[in-house]
Amino acid sequence: MSNQYKLVRCTINGKQVEKMVDVRASLTDMLRDDYRLTSVKKGCEVGECGACNVLINGESFNSCIYLAVWADGKEILTLEGLAGPNGELSDIQQAFIDEAAVQCGFCTPGFIMSATELLQAGREFSDDEIRKRMSGHLCRCTGYENIFRAVKKTMLRRLGKNKEADAV
Amino acid sequence: MYVGKKVTRVDAYDKVLGRTKYTDDLCDKGAYVARVLHAAIANGRVKSFDLSAAERIPGVVKIFTCFDLKEKHYFPTAGHPWSTDESHQDVADRLVLTERVRFYGDDIAAVVAEDEVAAAQALRAIKVEYEEYPFVLDVHEAMKEGAPQLHEDYPNNILKHTTIRKGDYEKAIQEPGLIKVEGWYQTPTVQHCHIENFICYAEGTGDRLKIVTSTQIPHIVRRVVGQALGLPWGKIQVIKPYIGGGFGNKQDVLYEPLCAWLSLQLGGHLVKLDVPREETFVSTRVRHAIHSHIISWVRPDGTFAARKLEAFSDQGAYASHGHSICAKGAGAFPQLYPCDNVEVDAYTVFTNKSVAGAMRGYGIPQAMWAVECHTEEVAARLGMDPIEFRRKNLMPVGYTDPFSKNELYSDTFRQCMDKGMEAIDYRRKYEAYQHQTGDVRRGVGMAVFWYNTAVWPISLETSSCRMVLNQDGSLQVQVGETEIGQGADTAFSQMAADVVGVPMDKIHVVSCQDTDVTPFGTGAYASRQTYTAGFSIRQTGMLLKERILKYAQELTRMPPYNLDVVDGKIVRITDGRELMTLEQLATEALYSLTNSQHITAESTAQIKSNAYSFGCTFAEVEVDIPMCKVKLLDIVNVHDAGTIVNPALAEAQVHGGMSMGIGYGLSEKLLYDEKTGRPLNDNLLDYKLSTFMDHPRLRGYFVENPEPTSAFGTKALGEPPACSVAPAIRNAVYQATGVFLNDAPVNPHNLFRRFREEHLI
Amino acid sequence: MYDIKALYEAQSVPHAIELLLEHPNAQIIAGGSDVLVQIREGKRAGCELVSIYGLDELRGVRYEEDGAIRIGSLTSFSHITRDPIIQEKINVLGQAVDQVGGPQIRNIGTIGGNTCNGVTSADSASTLFAWDAVIELTGPEGVRRVPIQDFYIKAGKVDLRPGEIQTGILIPKVAYEGYQGHYIKYAMRNAMDIATTGCSVNVKLSPDKAVMEDVRIAYGVAGPIPMRSATAEGRAKGRPTTAEEIKAFAQTVLEDINPRDSWRAAKEFRQHIAVVMAERALRESIRLAGGVIHE
Repeated sequence: MSNQYKLVRCTINGKQVEKMVDVRASLTDMLRDDYRLTSVKKGCEVGECGACNVLINGESFNSCIYLAVWADGKEILTLEGLAGPNGELSDIQQAFIDEAAVQCGFCTPGFIMSATELLQAGREFSDDEIRKRMSGHLCRCTGYENIFRAVKKTMLRRLGKNKEADAV
Repeated sequence: MYVGKKVTRVDAYDKVLGRTKYTDDLCDKGAYVARVLHAAIANGRVKSFDLSAAERIPGVVKIFTCFDLKEKHYFPTAGHPWSTDESHQDVADRLVLTERVRFYGDDIAAVVAEDEVAAAQALRAIKVEYEEYPFVLDVHEAMKEGAPQLHEDYPNNILKHTTIRKGDYEKAIQEPGLIKVEGWYQTPTVQHCHIENFICYAEGTGDRLKIVTSTQIPHIVRRVVGQALGLPWGKIQVIKPYIGGGFGNKQDVLYEPLCAWLSLQLGGHLVKLDVPREETFVSTRVRHAIHSHIISWVRPDGTFAARKLEAFSDQGAYASHGHSICAKGAGAFPQLYPCDNVEVDAYTVFTNKSVAGAMRGYGIPQAMWAVECHTEEVAARLGMDPIEFRRKNLMPVGYTDPFSKNELYSDTFRQCMDKGMEAIDYRRKYEAYQHQTGDVRRGVGMAVFWYNTAVWPISLETSSCRMVLNQDGSLQVQVGETEIGQGADTAFSQMAADVVGVPMDKIHVVSCQDTDVTPFGTGAYASRQTYTAGFSIRQTGMLLKERILKYAQELTRMPPYNLDVVDGKIVRITDGRELMTLEQLATEALYSLTNSQHITAESTAQIKSNAYSFGCTFAEVEVDIPMCKVKLLDIVNVHDAGTIVNPALAEAQVHGGMSMGIGYGLSEKLLYDEKTGRPLNDNLLDYKLSTFMDHPRLRGYFVENPEPTSAFGTKALGEPPACSVAPAIRNAVYQATGVFLNDAPVNPHNLFRRFREEHLI
Repeated sequence: MYDIKALYEAQSVPHAIELLLEHPNAQIIAGGSDVLVQIREGKRAGCELVSIYGLDELRGVRYEEDGAIRIGSLTSFSHITRDPIIQEKINVLGQAVDQVGGPQIRNIGTIGGNTCNGVTSADSASTLFAWDAVIELTGPEGVRRVPIQDFYIKAGKVDLRPGEIQTGILIPKVAYEGYQGHYIKYAMRNAMDIATTGCSVNVKLSPDKAVMEDVRIAYGVAGPIPMRSATAEGRAKGRPTTAEEIKAFAQTVLEDINPRDSWRAAKEFRQHIAVVMAERALRESIRLAGGVIHE
């Protein structure tokens, strides 16, 4: 059986790219192997852990159960695309550091990408809504507590509610 | 001073950028892919393989079976320090591939292929003929005469039976007026669920072998691979990059020996063994399920006359960490609530199930489930307040264990319980939740825990450290204790900065351990990192400083005793004047035309002490009786871990342990099919690890009584947070419903059974 | 990397049908959250796939001319939950699919895929059963519409003929107008889980809100495929909104449901919670419909 390839053109972290991709590849495979974006982690390969989460056209997807060929024409954002050109951290990345929301770091990229989607909404979510929107990720190190703090504080700060953010 | 301050994690920046490299990120894409063929029976023997179809699959490089193992080197896997005394060595009962199958998931063959698809196809295409034996999944069944025997040398499948005897139990129970409280307590088999699965790769380099692996214990991996392959240990280089969690599973040598063996069979070709989640569940390690029987004979005044514990620990199919886990829990029993007359019998028993090894808490979460469920019942039977009953009976200040010489120096239990009660508003809630009726009821409950740091005097405790001064006055620090996500590198940086007298940003802890380069150390386990590495960091730092000041004497003409290194500068103590910067000194030292020196220090600290680490959990729950569901409303952990090196990271550690405890208490359990021995829920959907939506806010507090034996006043914190959570939740459910549930977890299945029995539904 | 023999990407519905006829052994893949997992498990390894994921024409919610609500089969769960038509008319469906897995699964998972895989635990299915949904199938012979109860044949098997794809799900106007409903998912944790049992109830009250003019109740995981409890519905129809009637209704579901004993949950346990859920879901539906329960 000869392998089947397809040209996949898409935007990854703001840059237009194209590559011939094996149709059997998951988006995780393509991002990790073809583009060396290794923030995209493999933890289960069946969409249960969330470590491979990336944003596709602004929505979060487990890239392990997303065929790479479907990325054609899409805009993809991975954690590598969040920082500024000189390595300036985005507010949510800084919050993960400040709140000690990072431990082993393996689930961190996926969580930050879901947080990015949540923050893009530009509105205030209740604590339960935050938990629900972040619930597609498993973490065994943090008990989710400091991740919750990082997300909630960043959300409040973006809404100008610095005092409430400090009280989280 | 940095110790005691909330300092940012040294590895956080890279981790939030996504550029931290883990094992798979480092492996060359040209690696062959290895996959293990696991037995599909629970007990028996492989008779033959039919590889013909599998070998024809394009991309398959070679298939190796248990019959290809020409030299049989049995090896132990536990991440324990080696003992040169044969009687203290771990049981060597594993082979890289086995013909004799002892559990569903045992490793019988391996496929090496060019890619993962070919490897998976080959696994499915291999036909295996087995000779099947009867199997046994239950510890009590396994101990019976005539039960299927897993290992020849262990009659009745008993790996080990140890006892503790104090006073005269039989005589003591004759005392008139005693109340007997008896119960059986079961904890489930659970799995670590580090988000990065186990993965390693191996390749030949010259006449040596290089292994990169997701492990907590690189130096131990080196030794065990040497033992497993019959190679001199120095021929093996083990590298440990950042790892995506371990929790004890990676305190075992897992597939490094097999991967190394496969590479050797293929002339040293790069071979990667990336274990899928399902196989991580079944074929790496699990937590021992322990069935405990406790009898207490209590006087009406609330004191113990005699106590007895029998604990039956489910080892699964191979010895791994073996009896150490059950023995640690059993050792806690006579200490936590001391009593003059105690009998303890601890058994570790083989069954045809996944192999049990180390997991956060190392036997203590199991023991605390049994002991703290039981304590609650004793208090209830006596009609005593559960807090007061504990206060009356807990280990008193000044208690000293004659074996470990551990001593309870402070009024830790009272301080922790007071803090926890205040945090959760215990008294008010306890009163408010008495005498409830209705479908939905609330309760508060608590549990304490006993833990001791490190492994002395049961095993060796040694720590080595190297410090190397750079031209700019910064230094590399290397230790054998590994960063596994807990924040060890940050704590070590703080310690080193304080001891040497340089700013934090001048300390570079080399995170990656490489057995060719890193000083010898046995790795991350037993919550020993800050305790053991603290000694070697302090000792080595002092040594380095001595050398720096000696060199400073040459440059400044001042005697070393009048000099100090403060904040990266050479300071004259007598008047506080800064004489030169450490950068000036280091540069001069390296490039001096008259006295060039590379200023370094390296030393080993052997640690011959150990420390208790105690605390408690308070939980508040809401129980929906008709739905058989528990909602955790609030939870508080309080720890006395001595001096807290970094409050932010310490709190984060507590959260993680609490989370693991919540899963243990409420939802996690690995299930096996009774008809076949097959694991049923070997994935993250069916295995109920708690999610973001299953937790309330987690709160961790500290009582800081600096540990007098410790180099920095620290003691265990990594594992303790997981130890008392489950029984605290269970005791809160008891207050809410009046129902004792002795089988963890407190999940709907168990609640349904108990509520039916108690006619609540 | 998935063990896929060949992948054919459909550019339109007719193209999809053409591809399916050309490759009769091919499996349809929509969002793939089930199909890809099965390929990895080995169950469907080596298969040919016809991907319909790119067919944007099958996405979105709108009204049909007769007032029926039409949900394009590829509409993702998260888009259903956020849709204004759904929120206004059958919010319970949005709430039900908002309990599927986690957010990423709700972004990739489609309602068509959720119904076509024929599993009893699908969070959308019980609600669609309760709302008398109609499945639209498009194939070489044209379009046909099948009541959802007939679409499910047995566990894992639905009435999808060679060359056919599911193109839409319709909720007829008579089925939703005047009804309010509530869905309860019983799972072992609050996210990333499949239903131990799911129960969807809706009710139409009399103008004075005192009588249940119509009650519909459907379950997931109470049998091999999603199912209604006709006996309980008959028991409640025309009865007053009293606690006693609601209890009686809930008990009656036991006459119809047939959950199985498995390692995921015991039959007895599922039966017990099915009754509790029926009572609670009906109570909440009555409340949403503006009724008052007389204790």
